[in-house]
Amino acid sequence: MSRAQGDLAGCGVVAKGLHKSYGPVTAVRGVDLVVRRSETVALLGPNGAGKTTVIDMVLGLLRPDAGEVHVLGLAPADAVRAGLVGGMLQVGSLTRDLTVRELVDMVAGLYPAPLRVEDVLKATGLSEVADRYTQDLSGGQAQRARFAVAVVGDPALLVLDEPTVALDVEARREFWASMRAVAARGKTVLFATHYLEEADAFADRVVLMARGQIVADGTPNEVKAKVGTRTIRATLPGPAVDELVTLPGVAGAERRGDDVVLQCSDSDTALRVLLYRYPGARDIEVRGGSLEEAFLELTSDEAGPSGVVA
Amino acid sequence: MTSASGLPLELAGRKGTGLAALGYMRYDLVKVFRNRRYFVFSLGFPLVLYLVIAGSNHHASFYGVPLRVYYLTGMVSWGSMNAVTSGGGLISLERSVGWTRQLRITPLPAWAYIASKVVRGYVTACVVVVALYVAAVALGAHLQAGGWLIMTGLVLIGLAPFAALGIALGHTLRPDSLGPALGGVSALFALLGGAWGPIAGNGGTFFDVVKLLPSYWLVQAGEAGLTQSAWPLEGWLVVAVWAAVLSWAAVAVYRRDSARP
Repeated sequence: MSRAQGDLAGCGVVAKGLHKSYGPVTAVRGVDLVVRRSETVALLGPNGAGKTTVIDMVLGLLRPDAGEVHVLGLAPADAVRAGLVGGMLQVGSLTRDLTVRELVDMVAGLYPAPLRVEDVLKATGLSEVADRYTQDLSGGQAQRARFAVAVVGDPALLVLDEPTVALDVEARREFWASMRAVAARGKTVLFATHYLEEADAFADRVVLMARGQIVADGTPNEVKAKVGTRTIRATLPGPAVDELVTLPGVAGAERRGDDVVLQCSDSDTALRVLLYRYPGARDIEVRGGSLEEAFLELTSDEAGPSGVVA
Repeated sequence: MTSASGLPLELAGRKGTGLAALGYMRYDLVKVFRNRRYFVFSLGFPLVLYLVIAGSNHHASFYGVPLRVYYLTGMVSWGSMNAVTSGGGLISLERSVGWTRQLRITPLPAWAYIASKVVRGYVTACVVVVALYVAAVALGAHLQAGGWLIMTGLVLIGLAPFAALGIALGHTLRPDSLGPALGGVSALFALLGGAWGPIAGNGGTFFDVVKLLPSYWLVQAGEAGLTQSAWPLEGWLVVAVWAAVLSWAAVAVYRRDSARP
């Protein structure tokens, strides 16, 4: 990635050529990622895509087998030691036998210039439970307490690994509300998620990962257009692919024997036009592929794994 | 280049590392004093055992030493050893829920983390020792003032290898296997070291082997209180070598231990 050759310090995160295997399993194969300062980037992908492995390497918890990571121009461990990084890990609960206020205060004390503990408790909606022990919190409260721990040091880079996983809709909404309140503009944020809606709502840019590789990188709208496609499959001998691809609402077409498969940007229009022009089309199937299927399709795409969405 | 807070980066990293370490240590201690189970097991067992055995054999004596004094030295060495190593259980617990990894992505330096665990182990050990002393005095045990001092000082020094052992095991084993492992290891050390009564006699090959154990010298710390004489050179060497090797192991294991739980 040419951007990576630029000024390292000017970037929030620069990862180049990351590879990581666990024994025979390759988790990450050749990831290049740049997060600019003050940018919020979502790392979107299904389970097992390698998101957590990338995040662990950005945080210095894992050493890449090949490639390198710079965080605010420093090696990850140095950035962490300088108090420039705050994070929420995917697996993790809180230490016991401290109240929420004590917990947040303890972590604040580790950073050179933390935010005020009371302000953080308020912004994360924890003021009411600040005197409760961490082991007595509900799932949503515990998750917000973990978020408070991540932000109280006022880090320049905030890294969140699936911060809303296992939360119900209401708790997710509350979480993102506190996220907005605390980590407003100015912070560089990298978060992993497998919810397309979260990436859409909170990220400036979405990086799609599948099978250890980046398969798309663009604005939420660009990525949504790519993974939000539906497929029409029909038995229709005759018309050439070149002809079908010109139909309104069709982005791509492919022939499989007597069947044609149409990738649609607007499947409703495409279907109407298809039936109008080719009344002989039969056994019609319209599929709104799940995000996971869309990912798999993208990785098996002949165009190559690093194709950037136009 | 500046940090998010506007401080120059070099400054931001260094400012108040010592204070940060102290703050972390303070909360580590708060947590341990709130953990009732931990105290019941570290403090309760040796104290109850001492009160039952020394209390019910009030006039007995052993090798010419009143039992309430003789048994005190055994329980002090075993109880303090138990207290200091069982801190490993708390470490393992925090690891298993991912809290240790969370700490690794804060600026807390490794030395401050380890220092905090060592201090916590020593503080709990001191609570156990003081409780046993109080019980002993209440039962009429008597030592010269110098004896109390020598015994206490040598016990604290002799605990160093065990403090490191607890940290090393805490970063190696999961909580479900750590409980039995810690119990087994400390019981074995206590038994062979003579904390529950002399087992190796005063000569022979077995005795020579036992004298290479740090727990033997921990028990001897109590005896040193009776005779008011410190360890011979051999004792200092054995304790120093065990402390050095286990401390190295604890630091090495901690550095390696950043995998997902």
